[in-house]
Parts: sequence; C-alpha cells; structure tokens
Amino acid sequence: MMGSASQDTAVHTGRVARALIYLVLLLFALFYLLPFLVMLVNSVKPLSEITSGNMLALPMVWTIEPWLSAWSTAQIGVEPTGLKPYFLNSILMVVPAVAISTILGALNGYVLTKWRFRGDGILFGLMLFSCFIPFQIVLIPMARTLGILGMAGSTPGLVLVHVVYGLGFTTLFFRNYYAAFPTELVRAAMIDGAGFFRIFWRIMLPVSGPIIVVSVIWQFTNIWNDFLFGASFADLDSMPMTVALNNLVNSSTGVKEYNVHFAGAILAALPTLLVYIVAGRYFVRGLMAGSVKG
Amino acid sequence: MGFLDIRNVTKRYGQAEVLHRINISVEEDEFLVLVGPSGCGKSTLLNMIAGLESITSGEVSIRGQVVNGVHPSRRNIAMVFQSYALYPNMTVGKNITFGLEMHGVPRSEREEALRDVAALLQIDHLLNRKPGQLSGGQRQRVAMGRALVRKPDVFLFDEPLSNLDAKLRVDMRTEIKKLHEKLKTTIVYVTHDQIEAMTLSTRIAVMNESHIQQLGTPQEIYNTPANVFVGRFMGSPAMNVIPARVAVQDGVPCACITDSEECEQRLRFSQANLTGWDGREILLGIRPEAITDPEGADRGSTNIVNLRNRIGVTEPAGSDTFVTMMLGGIDATARMRADVKVERGDAVEFAFNMEKAVAFDPETEERIRP
Repeated sequence: MMGSASQDTAVHTGRVARALIYLVLLLFALFYLLPFLVMLVNSVKPLSEITSGNMLALPMVWTIEPWLSAWSTAQIGVEPTGLKPYFLNSILMVVPAVAISTILGALNGYVLTKWRFRGDGILFGLMLFSCFIPFQIVLIPMARTLGILGMAGSTPGLVLVHVVYGLGFTTLFFRNYYAAFPTELVRAAMIDGAGFFRIFWRIMLPVSGPIIVVSVIWQFTNIWNDFLFGASFADLDSMPMTVALNNLVNSSTGVKEYNVHFAGAILAALPTLLVYIVAGRYFVRGLMAGSVKG
Repeated sequence: MGFLDIRNVTKRYGQAEVLHRINISVEEDEFLVLVGPSGCGKSTLLNMIAGLESITSGEVSIRGQVVNGVHPSRRNIAMVFQSYALYPNMTVGKNITFGLEMHGVPRSEREEALRDVAALLQIDHLLNRKPGQLSGGQRQRVAMGRALVRKPDVFLFDEPLSNLDAKLRVDMRTEIKKLHEKLKTTIVYVTHDQIEAMTLSTRIAVMNESHIQQLGTPQEIYNTPANVFVGRFMGSPAMNVIPARVAVQDGVPCACITDSEECEQRLRFSQANLTGWDGREILLGIRPEAITDPEGADRGSTNIVNLRNRIGVTEPAGSDTFVTMMLGGIDATARMRADVKVERGDAVEFAFNMEKAVAFDPETEERIRP
C-alpha cells in the first residue's frame, strides 16, 4: 500500500538517473554492511586463521565452535559460563521494562489528550524534559533511590530504572498519536456508558498498533543496548548482556579469542535485529482508516 | 414544564461567555433545531445537554429530573456526531450494540435490538463490516442505528449531515424526518444549515453571539423574524434589509426609499402600527420571493406595490431567475420566474408584496412589533 502510493506520487526519473540512484544506494549498503561481514566471517573461523593476519579472507576451515563457546563456555569475568545466563538476564530485564513503560506511556498519552486537566501542558512539558537529561547525572541519586527501595543490584531494580527513563519517550509517542485521535470517539463511548479504562482498552488500544510498535522498538533497542545502567546498578546475578559482552572482550587473562568475541557481539545484537524484522512491517500500517471521514 | 428543560443556562470559559442565560423548554416528541453561524454556542449547548461539557450556571433537566453533574451515560440520551464517531476496530453490529453491552444488557436482547434497528435503517447486510468499508451515507445510518438502539429519552444530533455530499444530504434529511414522524422521539438537532432547520424542525432556536435570537416555529421564524440577524440568516438568498423612512399618507404608512434626496420610491405598508413612526428611519425587510416580476406576483396578496427599477445582475438558477437592483444604497435581490426575459441595465417593473414586508428599528435592529 505504502509503496504503491509513494510510487504514484514520485517524480518519474529517467533510466540513467535511476541506475545511478541504485548504484549509490548499493554502494552505501555495502559500505554499511562491510563491518558486519567482517564480524560474520571471522566468527566462523578458527582463531589461528585470524591471528595469521587474514581478517578479510573467507575461512579455509568453517567452524561454529566460536559461537558455541561464546554462548556457553567462554570466560566472562571469572566464570566460564558463556553469554547464556546474561542473555537470560537481559530478557528478564527488557521484557517487563518495555511492557510496563509502553503501557504507562499509553495511559499517560490517553490522559494527557482525552482527560485534560488544569496544568496538563506543564506536566507533559516536564515529562518531555526527562528525555533530555543525560543519564550520567542521575547515576548517584538513582543508586541511592534503589538502595532505599532495597532493589539495588537486582533485575527489578534495573526494570524500574529503565521504566522511569523510558517513560518520557513513550508518553511523548502516545500523546502525539492520541492527539490526532478523534475526541468524538471518546465522547461517543462515554455516552455509550464505557468508563475510563474500558474506553482505553476497547477503543484506544485496538487502534494504537503502529505507535505501540514504535514504542516497543524504541524501548527494546534502548534498554537492550544500555550499558551504563547495567554496569552501574547490576550485580553478577542480574548483569545484562551488554555488560557481560564487555567483560568477555576485556578479559585481561589468556589469549584474545577474536572469533569468540565476534560471535558474542553478533549474539548480543540479534534480538534488536529480530525486533526490527518482525515489527518493522507494522510500522506503516494505518489502522485508523475509516473511523471518521478523512 | 417541558420534557427537556434548559433553564438560565450559562457557559463561561474563563472570562469569555459562550452562552448567556439560555432558556428553552422542549416538549415530548418535539424536533428542536438549534441553528446559527459557527461559534454561536449551539454545539456547546448540545454538549451540555449530553453532559460532555460542564454547566457554569443554570439547570438542564430531562423528564423533570435535573441532570447537572449526571454522567452522560446515565442521562438516557443518545448522540449522533458530525464525524459519526464509529469505533474503527469494531464491526457495524458491535458498534451498534456497544452501548447496550456497556449497560449490561444480555446478549440475546442485544441481538434482538440490533435486528430491529438494522431492519429499520436497512443496514442488515452491513452488520459484519468495519466502518472503514462503508460509504459516507452508510456510516451515517450506522451512527443513527447506534443512537436508536438505546431507545433514549432524547436524541442529540450534532450537524449529522454536514459531511455528506449535497444529494445524499437531502436524502438523509428526508429520512431523518420520516424517522422522527414514525418513532415520535424528542430530538435536539444542531446545524448551521438554515434549510435543514426549516425542513426538519417543529421549532427552531436561532442562535448568535451566545444568545438565542428567536425561538419559534419555522413559519414564525421565517415570516416574522425577531431581528435583522434572524431575517438575514434564515432564508436563501438572504432577506433584503433596506434603509427607509416612514411617511404616513392618508393614514397609511409608507416606506420611502431615498436613493437621492427626495423621496421617490414609496411602498405602502400593510402594518398600521407603523403610523407612529411617521418621519423616522427604519429598516425595511423584504424577502427576495416577495419582489417579483408583476406577472409572477402573489395573486392572493392584497398589497402589491409596483416599482420601476434598473436591473443589476441576473442569476438564472434554473427554477427561478434572481435579479439584483440598487435600492436605498444596497443591492436588493428579487426572485423572478425562470423564463422571464430581462437583461442587465433594463428598467423594468418590480412587484413588491408588501404584505410580506417587515420593519426593523435601525437602532436596536429589533422588529417593530404590532
């Protein structure tokens, strides 16, 4: 749908111009993918091939040993556990943090647009402000807060931190999305007898697909990739993937197993890649079609 | 006391007063139309009846019960919105029965009610579609179905036809009227379209600048407008409002229209009450259809005054030809028969049906009452 629409409105270009455009795009794509290629190629090589100096060559002996090692046996800090337990830690942190911040953001957006109150604009402004606070500033107050709450060094503690710092963004997403949502629909539902949560659940959420996807992708990527909060607030039992990867790569003892490092780095990036591939297609779907005369 | 009573209702946003002491009493089965230009407060008033906006002061009561502060869903009202406001994620059937579901009506009863309404509005075949798959007219029907299924005390319509194209609008207008006659329901209907107001209503409230200018039957509003605003707003083309002076001749008041210094155009009034205004300025209000070519003049009228004037612009409209002329310094419009042969610049006889004329006080712009 989207594709055909943009093709119709696009200026028709000549054959030569088109070839040129594709060539440039292709070059950029290659340029962008080259590092990934290097990582991929070296992650399936024995270490000896890398140390002998052939970083860009295809492997002479194909092996998945580095992947297995990175996943389950590599030395992380002092334990030879591989990335597996930390991967699980990250999942246990990311899923609730994304879910909670998205739901709260949706509720905030709903209230800020459809249940206006005195000072709602100021409140929204303050929430927006939180998007611009550098995380380094809040490290010490946050550590103190987590300590008081008894959540220091735990996965729930990390979830709380990520929810708090994601809320500004998710509120912004949902508020702007719901601002364009016809208020008459909410009024109709009020007259029909639906209450605050019923309107949210039955009327607003079912048409929020695109913005939920945006919020989930944004939050998932940010929280999964976060290193600072993970390194600052996590214990060994709750350490997320990113911190573990750092520990894997920065181990000061023994030989540097570049092939394992490459495999580990790709493993760490896989979930965000997956989220883009799965959810990206819902990005552009206009689920609002037909609610009101457009 | 009426079925729906609006007593001294005022609405203020901060300092700005949107509605000033509105009083309307609507009887059961009445079709009241609130009409006025945009920003006159008519939609605000409707939202206040619905409970969607708070009432600053005054009272709204339905069936003798004051509903200020009562939640919209407990007022037993139903509303049709300008944008239809159909829930995009639900099928037509779900849209219609959502309100019943929220009020805890059992499924079997809901389905029966849905069948009745769908049959009444002839939308049986659409029940499983989503609103996005419907045409404008179909959406309109579904929106009405959603209101009807609740069997409310009062129906509220907020400019329900303004999103439809011209032809469909006329069809739906007829249908709403039929529906009202068949179901005998109490309706409050907001529109800015004076033709909708005239055709649908049993009573009209003309609103402007946060006041009700006039409340009355369509005939009262049209024939005896309370003031210049009502006269100009209702009717298309608008009423001609011509500056004039009253001169009493042989006991009969005449309107002298002064295009130059001396009084040259004399129009005899039928209203004897204007004798008291001898020598004073007035505004003469006369509708285009009361100024015709002499052959097309109303034969039932006892007071036709002929007057010669030069034609400005002719606008053939198919069924009639509208002609403008300069009168008292303004462009006055006359309605002639369609086949009349007149051209720009011709000096022709115009027949003024002075029985239909009204006079306004130029100071207050109120109609001078008998």
